[in-house]
Amino acid sequence: MSTAERRMPARRANRRAFATLKSIAGFVVVVATTYLGLLAVTFFIGRVVPIDPVLAIVGDRAPSHVVERVRQEMGFNLPYYQQFFLYVKGVLQGDFGTSVLTTNPVMTDIRRVFPATMELATVGTVIGAAFGIPLGVLAAVRRGSLADQIVRIVGLVGYSVPIFWLGLLALLVFYARLGWTSGPGRMDVVFEYTFTPITGFFLLDAILNRDWAAFRDIVSHIVLPGSLLGYFSLAYISRMTRSFMLNELSQEYIVAARAKGLSETRIIWGHALRNAAVPLVTVIALSYAGLLEGSVLTETVFAWPGLGLYITNSLQNADMNAVLGGTIVIGSVFIAINLLSDVLYRMLDPRTRTR
Amino acid sequence: MSTLLDVKDLRVSFPTRTGVVEAVRGVSFTLGRERLGIVGESGSGKSQTGRAIMGLTPEHGRISAEKLEFNGIDLTRASKAERRALRGKRIAMILQDPKYSLNPVMSIGRQIIETLRTHEPVGRAEARRRALDMLAAVQIRDPERVFGLYPHEVSGGMGQRAMIAMMLVAGPELLIADEPTSALDVTVQLDVLGILHRLVADRGMGLIFISHDLRLVSSFCDRVIVMYAGRIVEELPASRLSEAEHPYTRGLLNCMPKIGVDRHPLPVLDRRPEWAL
Repeated sequence: MSTAERRMPARRANRRAFATLKSIAGFVVVVATTYLGLLAVTFFIGRVVPIDPVLAIVGDRAPSHVVERVRQEMGFNLPYYQQFFLYVKGVLQGDFGTSVLTTNPVMTDIRRVFPATMELATVGTVIGAAFGIPLGVLAAVRRGSLADQIVRIVGLVGYSVPIFWLGLLALLVFYARLGWTSGPGRMDVVFEYTFTPITGFFLLDAILNRDWAAFRDIVSHIVLPGSLLGYFSLAYISRMTRSFMLNELSQEYIVAARAKGLSETRIIWGHALRNAAVPLVTVIALSYAGLLEGSVLTETVFAWPGLGLYITNSLQNADMNAVLGGTIVIGSVFIAINLLSDVLYRMLDPRTRTR
Repeated sequence: MSTLLDVKDLRVSFPTRTGVVEAVRGVSFTLGRERLGIVGESGSGKSQTGRAIMGLTPEHGRISAEKLEFNGIDLTRASKAERRALRGKRIAMILQDPKYSLNPVMSIGRQIIETLRTHEPVGRAEARRRALDMLAAVQIRDPERVFGLYPHEVSGGMGQRAMIAMMLVAGPELLIADEPTSALDVTVQLDVLGILHRLVADRGMGLIFISHDLRLVSSFCDRVIVMYAGRIVEELPASRLSEAEHPYTRGLLNCMPKIGVDRHPLPVLDRRPEWAL
């Protein structure tokens, strides 16, 4: 073997490492740009809304010299680009300012409410995907059958019934009448003093604490709102799965798979769904991101102390720091989820991989 | 010559909103371990004939036949599971365009192994070895490399070789090739045909070669069936194609341009309704 031949694999490995680095760098640039855009938009909103943050603090009876002093302390006398710079600097350090309503730093508030929303959204998405995908597959495979019609109606109801109504109904039936589940809130008051949150995700915390009584209580609290959100994402996911599957099932490689003598099960789940999974990842990721915004209505009906409720309350009280902080968190989550679905996309579809 | 396939009065029809469309209307032929070409224009029922033999007629299609026998097995009475066991194992089919007929998210090697392991209880290492052998048999120079590639990473000719490997790996006795070279470049067509020819000869398979290319079929097959509007209008040895009598076949032959001969205007195909009766 010549030296050149021996060096070949090393060079190829180098090139691959370089390509990986390049794609990671590309990701970083994209994320940074998107993030900067997000900050610019929130900053802009914060300056154009007809809410004076100074008045919100000093009150409308403060003498004018006090107003002027506070304005300077808060940096509102500076040129906009400097204000923006200070704003970005603060946000990057995790400083969203202080909430007028709760008097806590906004970051502290968000650390408290966001896990509640994320826990609920995760449960909802897991339920939605776990039931929505098989239902969609069933509807596509038995196209036009009774099963297809039932899935269609289930989806239609999910799309069109208002969630607060369904939520109230669910509470009435399963909590008030039957008593199968717990009512509003994340957990019973009984546990509030014995339970020590670690991550803020109560289900996880209960497991970490080995507090099984609390775990059961948390499950019985989350099951209703979780299933409700799950039902709504199921409606969406099953429709999309059905249409992606119909598209895949009409492809030639499905005929080839049949010609190979594969079983229908293998063709549907191993070939068609494996291909349909590629666009499905995006659909599920987006529906998850949508739930992470905090479903205000669900959180209101179930008294769920989540991000949606927090932002709505802040908005009603002109608490701009809290609103913008929440918006930035939601934006960041969107960026993160899109990034994640991009990565998954690459894993699932060899055609999108750079070589 | 032993009969591999016996087809008598095969009919395939599809109910549509405007009435029943008969794609195949009483096709009969027998096939030994030979190469039979089926030619005809699009919609003549040649592909549906092939699919009916495979058992791949679309759900809503209806098939009837006086006789549809493969190696003494009555295909009209065989259960779905029995037909599935035949597919890929004893009767295989090659489709037109490897760009669409290979699963885009599965590596070529895995797709070949999948056929093998569906029909034979072979271990991983053994399956891999046989898949690599099969890739070598379709004259792929670097089987190890191609084994790990995805369909979008190979050329059309390479993809069709992979398709042939995938369909022949379990050793079928009958191969139905549905326009196997129509999607390929002309230069690659001959390579693929050559490979197909060698494999069919070496393994003593029966071959049904479906094509619209009369010249290709006549040079590649032993016998030719000409179909028109779901019926066989003429059947003759490939060597005597030039002596075809039916006006439709003659029409097809006359449509072919020849190098060095001025054929202006090129004759247009004549389709008379009475031939379809």
